[in-house]
Amino acid sequence: MADNKSFMIKAGSVLGLFSLIGIGLVSLTHSFTHEQIAENERLFVLKNLRELVPNNLHDNDLLADTITITDSDAFGTNTSVTIYRATKNQQLVAIIANPIAPDGYSGSIKLLVAIKANGELLGVRAVSHHETPGLGDAIDTNKSDWVYAFNGRSLANLNAKHWRVKRDGGEFDQFTGATITPRAVVKAVLKTLQYYQANKAELSENALSSTSKKLMPLGSKAELTKQTNE
Amino acid sequence: MNSYTQIIKNGLWKNNQAFVALLGLCPLLAVSNTVINGLGLGIATTITLILSNSIVSLIRNQVGSEIRLPVFVLIIASIVTAIELIMNAFFYELYLILGIFIPLIVTNCSIIGRAEAFASKNPMGASFFDGLGMGLGFTAALVILGAVREVLGSGTLFANAHLMFGEAARNMTIHVMTDYEGFLLAILPPGAFIGLGLLIALKNVIDKKLAEPAKQEVSLTLSAKKS
Repeated sequence: MADNKSFMIKAGSVLGLFSLIGIGLVSLTHSFTHEQIAENERLFVLKNLRELVPNNLHDNDLLADTITITDSDAFGTNTSVTIYRATKNQQLVAIIANPIAPDGYSGSIKLLVAIKANGELLGVRAVSHHETPGLGDAIDTNKSDWVYAFNGRSLANLNAKHWRVKRDGGEFDQFTGATITPRAVVKAVLKTLQYYQANKAELSENALSSTSKKLMPLGSKAELTKQTNE
Repeated sequence: MNSYTQIIKNGLWKNNQAFVALLGLCPLLAVSNTVINGLGLGIATTITLILSNSIVSLIRNQVGSEIRLPVFVLIIASIVTAIELIMNAFFYELYLILGIFIPLIVTNCSIIGRAEAFASKNPMGASFFDGLGMGLGFTAALVILGAVREVLGSGTLFANAHLMFGEAARNMTIHVMTDYEGFLLAILPPGAFIGLGLLIALKNVIDKKLAEPAKQEVSLTLSAKKS
């Protein structure tokens, strides 16, 4: 009996020792990589943002001037969404939002949507998605030019009714064999545009400390535009 | 030294973890859609195998048999987490592609398999080479399957090589077939199963061919004895 007990204590302490060694190894690696990892992630986001809002358009640090908003109606996610603001001489030039199209063919599609101050789209990019290779993945810029069709579009030059894929009577091409993917993307972009229109004044304000502002939820405004359309 | 080459040979061919033992199929099938993806995961798996085999062999006499499996799992999980962090820091773009499959190395049963079947019974040198051989064998399987699927699926080889070897490798991409529409099935998961099946069949054919002359010799000597 006593033998058994001492054996258990010995085995337990060996196991504990190895847990400590494991924790030590992982924390050590973490401590000398976490700065590099944070930097990589920052650069990756910045690279995507640069593609949409070139350097000559703005003079601020895109990553420093952000607003965090939670609005599941507008951005398709219950978690907070970051809106990056590009300004020149303290004037808002463009905003970049990262909404999610929740109804892609294989789950959510993460987007970056850049809108000029006048409401025109600077561009749209799919940042991450799991759409079918060869069919739905044509939303990627390296697979097809489809996503460039958004450039220059706005709520002003395209009626909300036409913010759909062609099969649904809209302006945007669907892909052969894949309608769900472009439909989801078009819908998400439209919602972001509507959100921008509804909250333009607040988004353009200069205050840098506007992180926790209460902005108008999309739902009510969407109802409004619908009514005026009919 | 001779036994070391034997161990390596074992890992590369005779007991290849992917083609013979059929272990680690999850990462093998999921990541082998291009050569570079396969190579990236193969190298990460090889490093894990070498480290886990060496460490397990080093402590094999200190850890009682009752708790050896949890200890092995602890060691492997720590190594993989460390490798994941290092890849995240220094090979970020490749990490984005391999992303979720790096933590999955932990679940690659060939790693705990080698720790249990080989490293816990053999000295450190042999275990090191076993890890190297098994890792190289697994990498070879990933790269070959990746090459087959990439050529059939998109008509290229070594696409995205710059993610691993830096900007200089951007031109490494070989367009095997120009103006190729792409064979979607090869890139999708079924293509991985079919490709793996064909490669295993090919290996069996080669093994049979290699075994035949030996058999003939045996039967010749037998018949010579009879007469």
